[in-house]
Amino acid sequence: MRYIEPHAHMVSRTTDDYISMVASGCAAVCEPAFWAGFDRGSADGFHDYFLQLTDYEPKRAAKFGLPHFCWLCINPKESEDVGLAKEVLELIPEFIGRPNVLGIGEIGLNKNSRNELEVLEMHIELAARHDQLILVHTPHLEDKLKGTRLTLDALRNNSRIKPERVIIDHVEEHTVEMVLDAGFWAGMTLYPGSKCSPARAIDIVETYSAERLWMNSACDWGVSIPLSIPYTAMEMRRRGHSAEAVDALIYRNPHEFMSQSPKFKL
Amino acid sequence: MTRQEILDLYFVEARHKLIDIGAFLDRVARAEGHADFRMEAFHSALAKLSTGEPQVAKRVLLAFSDPTDEPIPAAITKAACGAWPGPEKSAVVS
Ligand SMILES: [Zn+2]
Repeated sequence: MRYIEPHAHMVSRTTDDYISMVASGCAAVCEPAFWAGFDRGSADGFHDYFLQLTDYEPKRAAKFGLPHFCWLCINPKESEDVGLAKEVLELIPEFIGRPNVLGIGEIGLNKNSRNELEVLEMHIELAARHDQLILVHTPHLEDKLKGTRLTLDALRNNSRIKPERVIIDHVEEHTVEMVLDAGFWAGMTLYPGSKCSPARAIDIVETYSAERLWMNSACDWGVSIPLSIPYTAMEMRRRGHSAEAVDALIYRNPHEFMSQSPKFKL
Repeated sequence: MTRQEILDLYFVEARHKLIDIGAFLDRVARAEGHADFRMEAFHSALAKLSTGEPQVAKRVLLAFSDPTDEPIPAAITKAACGAWPGPEKSAVVS
């Protein structure tokens, strides 16, 4: 079995996780920029983080033969401070040309506030200006429905954004349809206590579509399972899906989306 | 998969989760305290399980969701609590 982990926060994982992932068939890992669990004190903190994502982390992954790619942004949880966000956005063009940067992400909304929305629009504009792919985080729990709607509106309001170059992540049964119907890609996150379980993710594939859809572990510093994609692949086989169908979902789909960046070569 | 095969694969697990929900309701009932908007949302979501209508998971998710369209004035916390507190309380809780 081969798979691509399209959303993992490896800076908060151990080297043992890299070993388990590669041993389980991981062929590439992609790391969106996100919240550190605390608010960074200044734009300098983000500068160092972008260095970590574009220089140190790919080297750590390479020790296990694993290609590492990343996405850059200021995440939604730190987007309430528009002044800080503007400073961070000014840093991004310096890093966009680096060999493992696939695009802008994970941007989006957290509590669906006006400032978060303004910062999301600034990121969308930055991606349009630099012709970058976009990876969108959708909010948690009770905020997801509204946040997904507001995000789709913000993306559609920028005429230069092509839906097929945007992945909207963390969809569930109440948001997947609107994302796919609007022509975007959708990501399902396999978490133990929220978002999708393996069984529900497979239900979504069976009910809606196996196209423009991917799965990820979104493993980070919280309770999460770095091997949730291979575990879900195993569940798909138990449910009678062919090896070919599993490969399409966990390898070929993310490969197709990310190959829209010329840097994504495996 | 046939309905029988799905039951063979998932019935015991679903039964286990259902009993866990019953135990959770007992636990909340045993404890002292005020009414809470999260339990109101929980009960309205529970009611979606037995209507016989399709898309049950989606209906449950919608029962917990903020249905409004306007961005909130400002984010005063980063956390989500799992249920929408309603228009009056959302400024305080969210
Ligand atoms: Zn993430």
